[in-house]
Amino acid sequence: MAEPFLSIQGVKKSFGPTTVVQDFNLDVGSGEFVSFLGPSGCGKTTVLRMVAGFEEPSAGSIHIGGRDITRLKPNQRNVGMVFQAYALFPNLTVAQNVAFGLKVAGVSKADSDRRVAEMLDLIKLPQFGDRYPYQLSGGQQQRVALARALAPKPKVLLLDEPLSALDAKVRVSLRDEIRSIQRELGITTIFVTHDQEEALSISDRIVVMYGGKAEQVGTPFEIYNRPQTRFVANFVGTLNLLEGTVTDASTGAVQVEAQDITLPHKLNGAQTGEAVSLALRPEAITLGPRPENDAVLRGEIAEVHFLGSVIRVRVGVGRSVVSLDTFNNSATPPPTVGQKIEISFSSNDLLVLH
Amino acid sequence: MSNLTASADVIKVAQPKARSRRLPTHWLGVAPFFIFALMFLILPTLYLVVGAFQNNAGEWTLENIANLFQPSILAAYWVSIRISLASAVLGALVGLAIAIAIVRGGLPGWVRSATLTFSGVASNFAGVPLAFAFLATLGRLGLVTVLLREVGVNIYALGFNILSFWGLTLTYLFFQIPLMVVIITPAIDGLKKEWGEAAATLGATTTQYWRMVVIPVLWPSLLGTVILLFANAFGAIATAYALTGSSLNIVPILLYAQIRGDVLHNPHLGYALAFGMIVVTGLANVFYIWFRTRSERWLK
Amino acid sequence: MKRSSVWAWITIIVGAAYFFLPLIATLEFSLRMRRGEYSLDAYRIVFGDERFQATFGYSVMIAIFTIILGVLIVVPTAYWIRLRMPWIRPVVEFITLLPLIIPAIVIVFGYIRMYGSNSPLPFLGSARGTDLLLTIGYATLALPYMYRAVDTGLRTIDVRTLTEAAQILGAGWTTIIARIILPNVLIAVLSGAFLTFAIVIGEFTMASLLNRPAFGPYLQNIGANRAYEPAALAVIAFAITWGCMSVIQVLSRFAPKSANRPN
Repeated sequence: MAEPFLSIQGVKKSFGPTTVVQDFNLDVGSGEFVSFLGPSGCGKTTVLRMVAGFEEPSAGSIHIGGRDITRLKPNQRNVGMVFQAYALFPNLTVAQNVAFGLKVAGVSKADSDRRVAEMLDLIKLPQFGDRYPYQLSGGQQQRVALARALAPKPKVLLLDEPLSALDAKVRVSLRDEIRSIQRELGITTIFVTHDQEEALSISDRIVVMYGGKAEQVGTPFEIYNRPQTRFVANFVGTLNLLEGTVTDASTGAVQVEAQDITLPHKLNGAQTGEAVSLALRPEAITLGPRPENDAVLRGEIAEVHFLGSVIRVRVGVGRSVVSLDTFNNSATPPPTVGQKIEISFSSNDLLVLH
Repeated sequence: MSNLTASADVIKVAQPKARSRRLPTHWLGVAPFFIFALMFLILPTLYLVVGAFQNNAGEWTLENIANLFQPSILAAYWVSIRISLASAVLGALVGLAIAIAIVRGGLPGWVRSATLTFSGVASNFAGVPLAFAFLATLGRLGLVTVLLREVGVNIYALGFNILSFWGLTLTYLFFQIPLMVVIITPAIDGLKKEWGEAAATLGATTTQYWRMVVIPVLWPSLLGTVILLFANAFGAIATAYALTGSSLNIVPILLYAQIRGDVLHNPHLGYALAFGMIVVTGLANVFYIWFRTRSERWLK
Repeated sequence: MKRSSVWAWITIIVGAAYFFLPLIATLEFSLRMRRGEYSLDAYRIVFGDERFQATFGYSVMIAIFTIILGVLIVVPTAYWIRLRMPWIRPVVEFITLLPLIIPAIVIVFGYIRMYGSNSPLPFLGSARGTDLLLTIGYATLALPYMYRAVDTGLRTIDVRTLTEAAQILGAGWTTIIARIILPNVLIAVLSGAFLTFAIVIGEFTMASLLNRPAFGPYLQNIGANRAYEPAALAVIAFAITWGCMSVIQVLSRFAPKSANRPN
């Protein structure tokens, strides 16, 4: 990254004796879309609120565009924020809500009207200016909240779980809309969510947070395919975990459910006799052996779920059950329950967790 | 029974479907309530209103209403309105401040529950005992009066009198403030924290946020409560009567004396006096309803 | 400590001073009857006064009848409106709020003119009749509070489903109201009852104008003629109000917290 636009350096936050954010560092490039992903209580919202100015860091600093804003009040920071519960002002119309930031900044009526019209076009609600918030659906209200946040041209846009209160269909369409508006305006954005699918689909980069720390920072591709910790692997996507024991560390021999497989150069420093967990994505496993797959396990089909384009098969391997996904192919019917089969995977797709 | 079917006919215009063949039993359920309200609330009031427009011979006249505008009666209305307005507005402002303090002031939880419990009690502690309490406090021998005199402040020499306008207003505040706290606290609970945060990120100062959002949002419930407090004080007589006897010239005391002994020497002027009281509280409510429909546009 | 909580504390402390001073002063005054030392003499005299016992007893009786009358009028009405006639609810609500707008003195003035001994309904012709009229007047004053309490109570239970379930099991209307609805809104009814009690027990205007020997006029009479006893009576009255409100608060803990309602 050339020059970070938003820079969070060594930030800590404690409420009394409890530390909710510990030593958080992040540089966000101009126009970048970064998601904070994690379970509730992981500190993601606290970091966002420190950027907004609602919480003061116990230590560390925050810079926007090279300017130290750590001690500035929220109303001097020029950031836009969208809340989970919309937080539109109920006594103001849609247009007045969008114009709020312009009005307090002393923008002239004519300029303000022009900007409001532009914003309402952007969120595709040009006819709704005179309505009151209670007359809009949840999705519409959240779009208005987005327009209101963007109208004063903030340097950074903060989105605090903006889609959580909406129903599934609206959530997906608004997600795409937020992303396209963000691209169009090129605004640096932080998006807080606990929904991994949301984070994967919308972000340039994801910060997976747990226990007040950034567990891993990376592109959605890296986060999904190369999780660096057990928490990230578990939290993002579906994961099969197979328990095994290293029988010979020098050759990479591992025993899993009384079957031997070899995983050269993959053991991550595990010693002979050590218990390890083998983590595998469902889509990395195939039914039957393949030339490119270097590991094979025998098992029995336990369940078959037809999901349309994909068939999810659950295979019993010893006492463990492994999920795997195969594409639906109209020429080959899905396997039947009870069938004895082999599954295979490439040791490159596998993550060994101690 | 004719009464019931008559009122049922009024309703059938609005609700032709629900009426259908169940008509008589349907209305039987609410009949006791309507008969009660009619006999003991509406008709007695109407009786006085009609009487206000009649003379002793039963002829229609506006003379009684005109007679209300004699100086002594006007003065009584004026004092009543001033005391009610002062105690309502002051009660509302102080009550609002207390409600904001317990909801938004970051105080420990017990302060809030203790304040609300006490407000429930104090808002119902009115009438004669309240007058006793304030006499024991700020009367000529009251604890506060005596203590202040010992440190050299003679409040009675400074013009204070518990039997005066300000004395009565101060006493009324003892139930007005808690009533405001009880009514307005839920409204303040309804102000979302995110509104303030949204306003802050949009660059608004606290003052701008209050002027543009908080006050407009609270205004309907504030005004409604002020009207209620006003009516509450305007009709109150027990506290004033126990405090001042009949020395303070306010409308309820004048009406009380009129009912007991026809001090105005004209029963129909008494009706007009009562009618005037209803007009004052009624006008206050009409004003409130008018205001509310104006702001109704954003109220669900 | 934050700046906002500093001024919040100041507000609360100033408010507490205003509210506690009169109570402390009254308590102190009530104990001062004996020269030079604190004593309970004023209370002894008050409790020993047979007019106190008589008027207080009378007002308690009237309060109880007021509560019964109020329940009989409000509960079936509020229930029936929720069940069958939701569209007249605004009308009923408006009527129940009228006593807050029409002063009590006006209402009782109307009674005196309408129900005199020469009228078709001569309530005022006999002492019993006047007692009844006073009870009715108090029920009117308590109407806003009683209706609100009961209606709130009904809102937390699914009236329609409960009624239909009872009907399917063969219950008649009296059974439904007495065995199903009333027990379920009992807490709300009791809250309204204690609030009614607090309002009625020391009421002055109506009792005085109807010339009944109630506690309110007795209080006023003592106030006009005695020095220390009124303070003792004020303390007693405050304790009664406090007691009623405490009971309501304790009751609210047992209230059903909104059962599974469809809407």
